[in-house]
Amino acid sequence: MSRLAKGGLIDRARSLAFTFDGRSYGGHAGDTLASALLANDVRLVGRSFKYHRPRGIVSAGAEEPNALVELRAGARREPNTRATVAELFDGLEAQSQNRWPSLDLDLLSVNQLLSPFLGAGFYYKTFMWPAAFWEKVYEPIIRRAAGLGRMAEAADPDPYEKASTFCDVLVIGAGPAGLMAALAAGRAGARVILADEDFLAGGRLNAETREIDGKPAAEWAARVTAELASLPNVRLMTRTTVFGVYDSGTYGALERVADHLPVPPPFQPRQRLWRIHARRAVLAAGATERPIVFGGNDRPGVMLAGAVRTYVNRFAVAPGHRVAVFANNDDAWRGALEIKAAGIEVAAIVDVRKAVAASLVQQAKAKGIRTLLDGRVTATHGKRLTAVDIVADGRTERLAVDTLAVSGGWSPNVHLTCHHGGKPAWDEAIAAFVPGIVPPLLAVAGAASGAFSLGAALTDGAAQGAEAAEALGFPVPLPDVPAVAEESVAITPFWHVADSRGPAFVDLQNDVTAKDITIAYKEGFRSVEHLKRYTTLGMATDQGRTSNVTGLAIMASLTGASIPETGTTIFRPPYTPVSLGALGGHHRGKDFRAVRLTPTHEWAKARGAVFIETGAWLRAQYFPRPGETDWLESVNREVKAVRASVGLIDVSTFGKIDLQGPDVGTLLDRLYINTFSTLAIGKARYGVMLREDGLVMDDGTTARLGAEHYVMTTTTANAAKVYQHLEFCLQVLWPQLDVSIASVSEQWAQIALAGPRARDVLARVVDAGVDVSNDGLPFMGAIEGTVLGGVKARLFRLSFSGELGFEIAVPARHGAALAQALMSAGEAFGITPYGIEALGVMRIEKGHVSGNELSGQTTARDLGFGRMASTKKDYIGRVMAGRPGLVDPQRPTFVGFKPVDPSQRLRAGAHFLKIGAAASLENDEGYMTSVAHSPHLGHWIGLGLLQRGPERIGERVRAYDPVRGGDIEVEICAPGFIDPEGERLRG
Amino acid sequence: MRIPCPYCGERDAHEFSYLGDATLTRPDPAAPDAPDRFFDYVYLRDNPAGAHQEWWYHAYGCRQWVKVERNTLTHAIAGARLARDARDAAGDAAGNVPGDAP
Repeated sequence: MSRLAKGGLIDRARSLAFTFDGRSYGGHAGDTLASALLANDVRLVGRSFKYHRPRGIVSAGAEEPNALVELRAGARREPNTRATVAELFDGLEAQSQNRWPSLDLDLLSVNQLLSPFLGAGFYYKTFMWPAAFWEKVYEPIIRRAAGLGRMAEAADPDPYEKASTFCDVLVIGAGPAGLMAALAAGRAGARVILADEDFLAGGRLNAETREIDGKPAAEWAARVTAELASLPNVRLMTRTTVFGVYDSGTYGALERVADHLPVPPPFQPRQRLWRIHARRAVLAAGATERPIVFGGNDRPGVMLAGAVRTYVNRFAVAPGHRVAVFANNDDAWRGALEIKAAGIEVAAIVDVRKAVAASLVQQAKAKGIRTLLDGRVTATHGKRLTAVDIVADGRTERLAVDTLAVSGGWSPNVHLTCHHGGKPAWDEAIAAFVPGIVPPLLAVAGAASGAFSLGAALTDGAAQGAEAAEALGFPVPLPDVPAVAEESVAITPFWHVADSRGPAFVDLQNDVTAKDITIAYKEGFRSVEHLKRYTTLGMATDQGRTSNVTGLAIMASLTGASIPETGTTIFRPPYTPVSLGALGGHHRGKDFRAVRLTPTHEWAKARGAVFIETGAWLRAQYFPRPGETDWLESVNREVKAVRASVGLIDVSTFGKIDLQGPDVGTLLDRLYINTFSTLAIGKARYGVMLREDGLVMDDGTTARLGAEHYVMTTTTANAAKVYQHLEFCLQVLWPQLDVSIASVSEQWAQIALAGPRARDVLARVVDAGVDVSNDGLPFMGAIEGTVLGGVKARLFRLSFSGELGFEIAVPARHGAALAQALMSAGEAFGITPYGIEALGVMRIEKGHVSGNELSGQTTARDLGFGRMASTKKDYIGRVMAGRPGLVDPQRPTFVGFKPVDPSQRLRAGAHFLKIGAAASLENDEGYMTSVAHSPHLGHWIGLGLLQRGPERIGERVRAYDPVRGGDIEVEICAPGFIDPEGERLRG
Repeated sequence: MRIPCPYCGERDAHEFSYLGDATLTRPDPAAPDAPDRFFDYVYLRDNPAGAHQEWWYHAYGCRQWVKVERNTLTHAIAGARLARDARDAAGDAAGNVPGDAP
C-alpha cells in the first residue's frame, strides 16, 4: 500500500471496494480511480494506442493521455474513461483496455518491433493499394489493432436529461480565481453559477500545501465554498464541465449527476446536459502542466510533477517511494519540497536551467535534496520505472528511482476562449499561449489568463467577478483579497532532450514521437495543420492537452522559426468529451420525437389497426381481420368494401387553416394557381399552390363557409410549411390584406366516408334538418350543420377515392364518437374502416397525385394541372413557372401505366425507356412515381412521369428497375383506372 | 444564438426558422422584364461578411416574421423588428407593392 498515514482530502472512515481487471482493491471516499489504483501500487494501467507499450498514470486531471479504462459492466460499460477524473464508488468495476490477452502480456506489443515502419504517415504510405483491399483487408485489421475500449453492446439503461438555465454571471472553474470571482459577484447580489468539473471545489488549492490567511489553502477553499453555497443567489455546480461557448452568451455544460454512483438515484438522470444563458462569464479554468520530452518518457512511473503533488497532498497517496524531479521552472521545486514534506524520498531535482533562485536551492538543500542544475534525463529503465540516466554538469549518472516527476511549465487552459474563432497569443514570459481575442462578455481570470501565482489568481478573480457584476448594475464592494506569500514562477522554455535514448513520446495517447515530427518536417509537412494530420499529433481523445505546445516547439526548433510563427493550436467545443447519451437526452427510442395521435387512435387500436408513422403522426395503415395473413389481403378487402358499399378513414392529419377577413379571396387567388375569390359560399375547390420558383408546393381543397370565411386543407406533410408560407404572405408580402389566419389542424377531427352507400350512412348521423341529399350537399359542396345530436360539424362532399364521398369535421373531442356513430349507422351496409394503404390504392386507381408526385421537382403542368392555372391574375410562382425549362414539352408528364403482362408487378422508382433502347441516362424518359395492386382491375397499376406522356397513351415503354432486377413492358394509359368520367362521385 | 423577438422577448434561436435575405422586394409581375427580376428575386443572394438583414419566423412562439439584423461574422444581433413594423419604417405600408393590382 502506498497510502500515506495522514493528510489528504479523503474520508478515511469510508472505505470503498472496487475491482480493476477482476482483482479487488480498496479505496476511500474522495478518491479518484487513479488515486485509488496508485494507493494500491497499481502502476500499469493500459497499453498504448499504436505500439501497445505499457503505460501508467501521468496526470491527475482531465488531460490524462494514458489511463483510459472501461468503467462498469454490461449495458453500463463505458470505454475510454479517464481514471484520473473517475470518482471512486463502492462496487466500481474497471478494466484496462487495448491489451490482449492481458495487461501484463500484450501480444500486440510486437508492434514495437515494427515501429520503424509504423511512424508518421504510416497509414498513408502503406494502405494505399489495391483499392479493393480497403474494405475487406485493411480496414478490419486496422480496426482490431487500433485499440481503445469496447462499447457496451446493449442499450444504455440510464436516463439522460437536457435542461436550460439563466444567470447573471457564470464562473467557470472553482479554483482560487473562480472562487474569488463567484464571491465578488455573489456578494453583490448577482445570480451566479459556479461550475467546476471536479467533485470538490478548490482546484489547485486542494493539490498544494499553500497557506491563505494563515490557514491551509484547502480549508480556505472549503470555507468560501460553504459561504457560496449559503447564498441564495449562487448556484454551485460541481461535477459540471462547461464544454462550449456558443453565441449570445450561451454555454454548454455537462453535469455528471450520477457518474459517481453505481446507478442513478430514482428520478435522476445519469448525466444532464445544460444550456446556460449567462449575461457575463468569467473563465477561471486554470492551467495544465506539460511534460518535457525525452527518450523512454512513457515508462510507467514517469508523471507530471503537479500530478505527483496532487496525489500526495489531496489523496494522501505516494505515487512512488523514491522520486526524482525533472523540470525547467520554479513551481516544480515547490512541488519537490511538498513531496519531501509528505515523507517521500526525493532523490534529486534535475533542472535544465544553469541558474535557479538561490532561495529555492537553499530550501532544497536544507531538506537534503540533491539539486542538479544544467541537467537532463537521457534515458529511463525498467518495465516500471526503476532508474533514470541523468547528465548534469557533463557527468552522466544512473539514479535509482521509481517515480520521475516532470514539469515543462504550465499552459493556460485557453480552450473556451477559442470557441468563437479567436486564436491564442504566445506569451514569451511564461512560455505559453494565453487568451487572444476572447468571446464577447467573457473575461478570463487567474492561471487561465497566464497569471500563475496564487496571489495574482485571487486578486484577478476578485476583480473580474466584481467587474462582471458591476457591468450588470450590481454595486460591488471589491472583496478583500486574502493574504498569501508571493511565490516565484520563473521558467526557461525547454521542450525536448535531443540527445536522449529510446523513443521520446510527444503525444502519449496517439504514440507520436519526436522522431515522427522530424519525419514530418523532412517530408515537408511543416505547417501545424499538416503536422497534426500527418502524425496524428493532438488528435486523440485528449486533444493534445499535454502535447500540442511541445509538438509545435519541436517543429519550431527544426524550422528555425519561433513558436508563434510556426502556428497555434485552436480549440473547438467540446472541452472534454460529451457522451452521445447526454446530447440525445430523452430523445431516444419511443421518445425520439413527439408522436401525434389522431382523434380516433384509441378507437382504431381497439379494432386491431396496424399503425404506421407518417411524419410525426401515427396513422392506421390497415385493419387486419382474423384469418388474414398478408397485409395485401386486408387492403384488397378494404378497397373492395369501399367500392362496393361504404368505408371510413380518419383524415384529421391534413393541415387545416381557418382564414377570415374581407381579403381572403384576394389572398387565395395569389396563393393558388386557380381562382378562389369567385368560389360560391357553401362550395369547396381543389387548388394547387406553387413556390415562387414555379414548382408545386402543395395541394388540397379549400372551402368557402361564408362571405369572409374560408377553410383550407393542406397535405399532412406540408401543414406547418404552408401555414408559415401564409404568414409570410400576410406579414411580409402583402401586409395590407385584411386577413386573419389560425391553424385549426388540432381542433377538428375529420373523417372521410366513401362508397356508394356513404350518403345512407351520413344521413343517419346528421341531425334533423341537415340536408345531405345531392341537392342539399352536391359534389364539392361544403356546409355547416350538426351531427350526433347537437355536435357542431362541417360537411364536405369530397372524394379522394373516386367514390361518392364525404368528409365530416367535428371538434376533435368528438372524433372517436363520430367514428363509432358512423360504424353503427353503417352496420347494415357492412361499413369497413380502412387505413392509409387502402386510401393510397384508391387514389392511384383514381389517378390523383399525392406526396410521391408533389416531389418539389414537378410543375403544375407536369402533373396535368396546366389548364387549371388562371391566366387572368398573378399568383406566387406564375412568372417563374413560365421559364423555358419548366414549359418544355419534353418534360416528363403525369400519366398512368399498366403491365402488358397483367401478372407482372410494377415497381415505383422504375425508369422508363423506349422499347429496345439501351439503359442509359440519355435514354431515360421518366420514372414511375406510385404503384398499387388494384383489386378492382386484378393487376398492378402505376402512375408516373413520362416525357410527352399524355400524347403517348396506348404506346408501350420499358419499365427498367435495375436495383430490384425489374425490366418489364408497360402500357401508357390515362391516369384514372376507374370511373374516368366521375359518375360515381357525382352520384 | 438568442434572438430578441419584439413580441416575445429574447428567445433561443431554436424557436425560429430561418428564411434569409430580408432586403428583397417581390418584383412587379407585370413588368416587361419580370422573368429576369423574378430570377434575381428567387435565386440571387449577396453573401455579406458582416451586417445582414434577414427573415426569421418565430414558429415556436408568436408566429411572427421578424426582420433581424445579424452580423454573419460574429452572430451579434443589432436589432429585430416585426415584419409589419419593418415595412412601416420602409415607408411602403400603404400597400404600394408591385403587382398588388386592385
